[in-house]
Amino acid sequence: MSVLSIHDLHVSVETDQGTKRILNGVDLTVNEGEIHAIMGPNGSGKSTLAYTIAGHPKYHVEGGSVTLDGVDLLSLSVDERARAGLFLAMQYPVEIPGVTVTNFLRTAKTAIDGEAPAIRGWIKDIRESMKNLRMDSTFAERNVNEGFSGGEKKRHEILQLELLKPKFAVLDETDSGLDVDALKIVSEGVNRAKANTGLGLLLITHYTRILRYIKPDFVHVFVDGRVAEEGGPELADRLENEGYDRFLNQSNVG
Amino acid sequence: MSAPVTSTHIPVVNPAIEHSRLGSRQHSAGGEGLIPIQTRSERFTSFDVTDFEPVSQTDAEWKYSPLAKFQPLLSSTPSGDPLQQETSVRGAATVDLVPRDDARIGTAGAPEDRASANAWSTFQQATAVTIRVDAAGITGTQAGEVIITRSNIGAEPRAAHTVITAEPHSRGLVIIRNSGPAMLTENVEIVLGDNAELTVVSVQEWQDDAVHLASHFAKIGRGARLKHVTVTLGGAVVRLNPSTHLNGERGNVEMLGVYFADAGQHIEHQVFVNHDAPHTVSRVSYKGALQGDGAHTVWIGDVLIGRAGSGTDSYEQNRNLLLTDGARADSVPNLEIETGDILGAGHATASGRFDDEQLFYLQARGITEEEARRLVVRGFLSEISQKIGYPELEQRLELAIEAELRVS
Repeated sequence: MSVLSIHDLHVSVETDQGTKRILNGVDLTVNEGEIHAIMGPNGSGKSTLAYTIAGHPKYHVEGGSVTLDGVDLLSLSVDERARAGLFLAMQYPVEIPGVTVTNFLRTAKTAIDGEAPAIRGWIKDIRESMKNLRMDSTFAERNVNEGFSGGEKKRHEILQLELLKPKFAVLDETDSGLDVDALKIVSEGVNRAKANTGLGLLLITHYTRILRYIKPDFVHVFVDGRVAEEGGPELADRLENEGYDRFLNQSNVG
Repeated sequence: MSAPVTSTHIPVVNPAIEHSRLGSRQHSAGGEGLIPIQTRSERFTSFDVTDFEPVSQTDAEWKYSPLAKFQPLLSSTPSGDPLQQETSVRGAATVDLVPRDDARIGTAGAPEDRASANAWSTFQQATAVTIRVDAAGITGTQAGEVIITRSNIGAEPRAAHTVITAEPHSRGLVIIRNSGPAMLTENVEIVLGDNAELTVVSVQEWQDDAVHLASHFAKIGRGARLKHVTVTLGGAVVRLNPSTHLNGERGNVEMLGVYFADAGQHIEHQVFVNHDAPHTVSRVSYKGALQGDGAHTVWIGDVLIGRAGSGTDSYEQNRNLLLTDGARADSVPNLEIETGDILGAGHATASGRFDDEQLFYLQARGITEEEARRLVVRGFLSEISQKIGYPELEQRLELAIEAELRVS
């Protein structure tokens, strides 16, 4: 069984005001087939965790470890981590002018699998995933994220999740900027990917809204760069009613 | 600008007067000769090299160019013998060598700089390309195609002249493919008859030490459409200055350029569009990638909308992608408008570094850094290459860019 394990992770980032510590000892274990929701107020380090796992050069690991089935992810480059089975659905996907979605998907699939996908099955897979995500077929010939609406960008992220079939996916605020219909479609896509491949999910979100569609097994509350409280789905319900005030007061006192 | 004659001190702010530069026709055309020409349209032109002054680094038209690398093309007399070139002709087109006094020569424009005039004064015979309406008399159905290949013109100073004529209502494609060694100055005239549709592509894949100075002059008849494409990947110095004169109503020009400068390479384009008749349209779009120490590109885009240019629709843009430190892209758009009645006139230039976030995004999908860089650069340049409109050529260009990226 695959395991993504984060242990005592400390991360800092360089700012104009000097080095700023953002993660202060994060412990988290995600097993294959589990859905973990990471919740917390703005600035608590949720996205930093996502980008650090994926290997964004902006974030400096000061201590701790991240392993995928025992493999030290932190010693791998960004692309090596992806090939090891990690996927990050980004909050702000980047435009790549002149590179079509079709070309991009094929290049990524080839990189992940180590060989080009068999054309017929591949085209069928793309068509089916796009249909499920209610994406127009002309989408495939557009340039990656160029002129995409917020909703289209997120669907495109989930399309990649379905096609690249990672072992673990980190979804960074995939729900932000989506209307109810798009949120449902995107959530269905995530659930479908999980049902098909049994991947483990780290679902980073600010709101409980998406958790109505994607049912978490565990909920972790992030405050000041560490997990302040953990629990089952009922914790999300409690946050829905009480907000994050309770944790912020605690941290101020502490 | 002139120094006070009563002063015994030589003012430091004024450059020393070069006496060799006084008295030429180029000077007298510029008034006192000391007032810098501000606009492209006011530049001196002549077919005769002796009308031009010796070239100076401070001249507007030479300001960015590495003069030392092509002195032979400026100050001596290059060989005017016809270039060794292969031609392939398909459809309704012909290619001939014609004497200097051929009526087609000298109708599209006149040299604006000394290297161009030097070529004009020196060439012995011109290559005349003619695109005709096909024999069946059906207009616009069968395109004439001409490919001129120069792969071994030698490293001695050479001068050349090409005149491309598209007869009224004809359709055609002319490709000039350059490779191998060169120390070449040349002029290319492009004349489109009324309602003609022509694509002219000049591809520079010269060897590393080659020098190529070219001026293209296009004249576009009523309702005619020219697509002018330059592709420059190889050569030590390539300076290709295309100018287009839209002097027939509803004339249309699309000028595209794509270039890739490596370490030590100088690639320059001075693009000029002159809107000189009602309801003409121009689109200028040049994109380049630079990598390595001393890679230098220059783009100067001049658009003039004359008094006769009512209803003009014009847009020009230049974008550069700097892949490494030590590369330099100069980009200068200029717009002159002499009439208030226009549809649109816009310009944009941007030169930027490689975007690390693009790299991260692609790498996060398992794509190696090297492959990701290739993808981004190819994507950046493909905006131009995809517009050429001839899949075969587009594909070849993609492969050439691919090879360029592999070498890096």
